[in-house]
Amino acid sequence: MAIDVKTVRHVAHLARLELSPAEEEQFAAQLTSVLGYIEQLSSVDVSQVEPLSFAGDVEPHQAHALLREDKPVQSLPREDALAAAPQQDGQSFLVPRIIE
Amino acid sequence: MTADPSLLPLGELTEALATRAVSAVEVLEACLTRIRAHDPAVHAFLRLTEERARKTAQESDARRAQGQARSPLDGVPLALKDIFCERGVETSCASKILMGYVPPYDATVVERLHAAGAVLVGKLNMDEFAMGSSTENSAFGPTRNPWDLSRTPGGSSGGSAAAVSARFVPGALGTDTGGSIRQPAALTGCVGLKPTYGRVSRYGVVAFASSLDQVGPFAQDVKGCAHLLSAIAGRDERDQTSSARAVPDYAKALGRGVSGLRIGIPPEFFGEGLEAEVEASVRACIAELQKQGAQIVPVSLPHAPFAIATYYVVATAEASSNLARFDGVRFGLRAQGAGSLGELYGRSRDQGFGAEVKRRIMLGTYALSSGYYDAYYLRAQKVRALIQRDFARAFAEVDCILTPTTPTTAFKLGEKSDNPLAMYLDDVYTVPVNLAGLPAMSLPCGLSKEGLPIGVQLIGKSFDEETLFAAAFAYERATTHHTRAPALG
Repeated sequence: MAIDVKTVRHVAHLARLELSPAEEEQFAAQLTSVLGYIEQLSSVDVSQVEPLSFAGDVEPHQAHALLREDKPVQSLPREDALAAAPQQDGQSFLVPRIIE
Repeated sequence: MTADPSLLPLGELTEALATRAVSAVEVLEACLTRIRAHDPAVHAFLRLTEERARKTAQESDARRAQGQARSPLDGVPLALKDIFCERGVETSCASKILMGYVPPYDATVVERLHAAGAVLVGKLNMDEFAMGSSTENSAFGPTRNPWDLSRTPGGSSGGSAAAVSARFVPGALGTDTGGSIRQPAALTGCVGLKPTYGRVSRYGVVAFASSLDQVGPFAQDVKGCAHLLSAIAGRDERDQTSSARAVPDYAKALGRGVSGLRIGIPPEFFGEGLEAEVEASVRACIAELQKQGAQIVPVSLPHAPFAIATYYVVATAEASSNLARFDGVRFGLRAQGAGSLGELYGRSRDQGFGAEVKRRIMLGTYALSSGYYDAYYLRAQKVRALIQRDFARAFAEVDCILTPTTPTTAFKLGEKSDNPLAMYLDDVYTVPVNLAGLPAMSLPCGLSKEGLPIGVQLIGKSFDEETLFAAAFAYERATTHHTRAPALG
């Protein structure tokens, strides 16, 4: 399937990537080529197969058994959690105003 | 004692430290001297933590003097791929979007290495967010293969492989999502192990594709990898996919030998695209194991040829979700001058991510998007189930499977950088293993006529790393490939 620039723009918006026009052109061509390769999966008979989401020690249908008890534990001190933020006020992460 | 203790393979170094034939400080200084002399040409390290390493080495020597070594790794200098969070040490994942990020906590494997007394000397180069097979996708510039500086060391853990291959450090940690430990280990002549999915905690490891990512060791020798895996493996409450199975002392499995061991050979891994010299070395390895009493059994993995296509749907879908966290708000790069929150996200991500990372986010987002989910993501998960079933059937007949690690020896810098698909296909023999969650090791099995390392891959049953260690050690003991070192300067 050929990916056009319009599709690239739509997917870039979903992924919150603001691409340059040159990147849009390049990705349209490269994604078309990679998706062309991926097309081979349609030749596999998967009619009798359940999807496998991960190959862990626990069977996927028992994955709920992996959930831990919902109890509070010690987390990072606020100061440490905020330390790497580009903009913060000692209490919160700051972002541009979203409601006028 | 050898004149330069930095040249000792990890397995032998642990013995030299235990008998106090060398001190941790001597080994560290020898490593730092080699790094200073040769890393400007190789560029394995992104940063060194020399002062802290010196202090840790002195503490280790003090413990050894009191007879209180914490583990065989006490005093051993190690380095980490820049994907592992280390408290107080910049962790960038070789991305512009995380440059300058200093984590407020240690990854579980970092905690465990500290507890074992290891001396962490610095952070190693990689493909940005572990996406790549050549380390050329690093925002800090590529790492070069110590065997031939015009070639790549492979990737994504190329810095880890190059550092061990160049004898800068006796051991290192990397991560492997589709081959990122085994492929660079093969291309640089090291031993590299991807443990079973769930064997090692990923807490504090920057996530790429969570159903595939696994942490593992590099060393020049099999025994070194065994010590490293024993130190880092085991249940961690902070990674719910980590297994509660008991962790054996892997070094104890080394002497088991291969007599009677059933080794499967899948023809799907010896077909078109495999270089003749690589095949010849791998066949010689098979012959050696057979000579030692192993039984060679043909097995079939008929869906393995679909692994790359499956992987590039599953891994990119998971990556597009995992990398949503890099948004210019809580850490990392923030674009200047954005008027709205939407602009802030879009511009920060466009400026912060490199081309390959964007390409994979785009592919994964597309595969998960409305109208395409069933055709791509769901179908890929079903083919993944078939790939896993093939392995399960094969392992009813054999104890381990042997294949080449890569179809070719190390390629030139820039050779595949304009062709993403050609780069993806370099992982054709390693990716099926990640999809099935199995353990696999690459070990050196020869040099090409051009003097480039060749690797052989041993694939094991789930949680049976011991068989891999036993077979690899039997082969290593009978050969000298692991003793060959690149000539640097």
